[in-house]
Amino acid sequence: MDFAANLTLSALGQQILVGLSRTTILFIVASGLSLVLGVLRIPNLAHGSLYMIGAFVTYSVAMALGGGAFGFWLALIVAPVLVAAVSFAVERGIFRHLYDREHLMLLLFTFSLTLVFNDMVKLIWGADYRSLSPPEVLKGFVTIFGLPFPRYNLFLLMLGPVVALGLWWLTNRTKIGKIARAAAVDREMVGAVGINVSRVFSSVFVIGCFLAGLGGALVAPTQNITQGMDHAIIIETFLIIIVGGLGNIWGALLGALIFGLTDSVGILICPQFAIVFPYAAVVTVLLVRPKGLLKSTW
Amino acid sequence: MTQSRFQALVIPAVLLLALAFLPQFGTRFYIYLVSLILIQGLLATSLNLLLGFGGMYQFHHAVFYGTGAYATALVLTKTGSPAWVAFAAAPLAGGILSLLIGVVCVRLSKLYFGMLQISLGSLVWTIVYRWYNFTGGDDGIHGIPVPDAISSGVGAYYFTLAVTVVSLFILYRIIRSPFGMTFQAVRDNPVRCEAIGVNVRVHQLIGMVIAGAFAGIAGSLFVTVEGSVFPELMFWTLSLEILIMCLLGGWFTFFGPMLGAAVIVSLQTFVGIYTEYWTMVLGIVLMMLILLLPQGVLGFFMERWIKISRSEEN
Repeated sequence: MDFAANLTLSALGQQILVGLSRTTILFIVASGLSLVLGVLRIPNLAHGSLYMIGAFVTYSVAMALGGGAFGFWLALIVAPVLVAAVSFAVERGIFRHLYDREHLMLLLFTFSLTLVFNDMVKLIWGADYRSLSPPEVLKGFVTIFGLPFPRYNLFLLMLGPVVALGLWWLTNRTKIGKIARAAAVDREMVGAVGINVSRVFSSVFVIGCFLAGLGGALVAPTQNITQGMDHAIIIETFLIIIVGGLGNIWGALLGALIFGLTDSVGILICPQFAIVFPYAAVVTVLLVRPKGLLKSTW
Repeated sequence: MTQSRFQALVIPAVLLLALAFLPQFGTRFYIYLVSLILIQGLLATSLNLLLGFGGMYQFHHAVFYGTGAYATALVLTKTGSPAWVAFAAAPLAGGILSLLIGVVCVRLSKLYFGMLQISLGSLVWTIVYRWYNFTGGDDGIHGIPVPDAISSGVGAYYFTLAVTVVSLFILYRIIRSPFGMTFQAVRDNPVRCEAIGVNVRVHQLIGMVIAGAFAGIAGSLFVTVEGSVFPELMFWTLSLEILIMCLLGGWFTFFGPMLGAAVIVSLQTFVGIYTEYWTMVLGIVLMMLILLLPQGVLGFFMERWIKISRSEEN
């Protein structure tokens, strides 16, 4: 009944656009996670916390500068950079001593980071939720398919390909990207030809975490910024990179598309359990291809 | 050999005796605390069957604990069935869910397995969290009519103690059984096991079902002690806390996880009295532990002990 009424063609088209703008955020966060997992072999549970910190910092910076457009754009740069700085300190301070440990230990270590980060967020920002409005240019709606569509989502839609292209350029056209890809396949060999692997790892970790911060900054105006927003994203991005193939950035893009689209279209069919659809899609894919859609670096 | 055999029998016997007489001299608070330790210890031990003895990275074990708790709670509140049905439903539900998740996950190994397992477990949590009509959503279910005989603090304590001891005994026998031996062989060298005709995936799946069933039992014990259930019981952060218990106690020992549970639950309770930021304390403790004692506390001391006893022999 609801189903038939909602599922008009324009509503479907609009939901797909909403899904695609969600995909942008998911892709940015998941590609960072995938990068770190592929090169450093760290399943970084703290990635979600960094995303949350990115969102909170964006809010604080934007508010400190009066809540105007300038504050927002500046926050969009400051927040990821700050997150990257934190991750740099953590990597140089602790992680580099742990690279030869088992994955389980690394996972638990990143979990302990999550515990510390989350309580720090609670300490600094308190338990209340915050909300941030986008700058004037991106407020309001445009009409697509005869239905209103938020301008900010349109902005995300345009940003997605830019970030994807940037990542492609980084991994395929720059020296650090090429070395990182080589290190993902065979880190000993990379070390043997005289490259400072430690420095490469550090850069990749910082770039990955920067992407988490960027995702958090971009998502800030679209939802409530709360304690616990890290939990949902980390599980979603885990699924995305599994379905795409661990360590493969294009896999992350594909996974984010599958996740974002099935989720947003699922809302039309069954709002209460829309979340089941992306999971079902992922399980279906994995039953056919257990190691994910694209080639994993593992 | 005889001495270590002696120790292996006497230490648990003394401990058991102390636990049996605890209600005679302990306050309500301590009876409750020890009940929680036993429950979480059983949960961690069931996880360790997979983690330590199977080498499987089961990242989201709490989902079976929560499922068991919800199964007991739902049977008690929504049907007029006798209480034993409710308690039998817990391992059944945990085992069945384990089978369902396991069938998808055992095709993968190590980290891949763990990441998929944590994701699928989270789906169960999401469904429970949102299904208000059936599970009570994020409120959970309160005031569950636990049978009178085991509803008081002391009654619940003795019930928990008895079930935990029996469960631990069964788990121990499983690990020592031919199945358990093969299971450990799969952990050590899955490729060779496959080559000599052991069906690795089936063994791993059976292991998951057993572990899930015992996690379900732990869940039903929680219902007995607490009288309520809520979605946090199957949230993934709890799973990682249980992983920490295994790590802390030493995941290559049978009783390590129980010790780890005692440390973590006590820490949680006593630090929680002084500060609401107890998770930060836990995080820092965990960091120290990973950096300094990768074998876990019990594992660390056992290693020392083995070294000393070896040097004495020479």
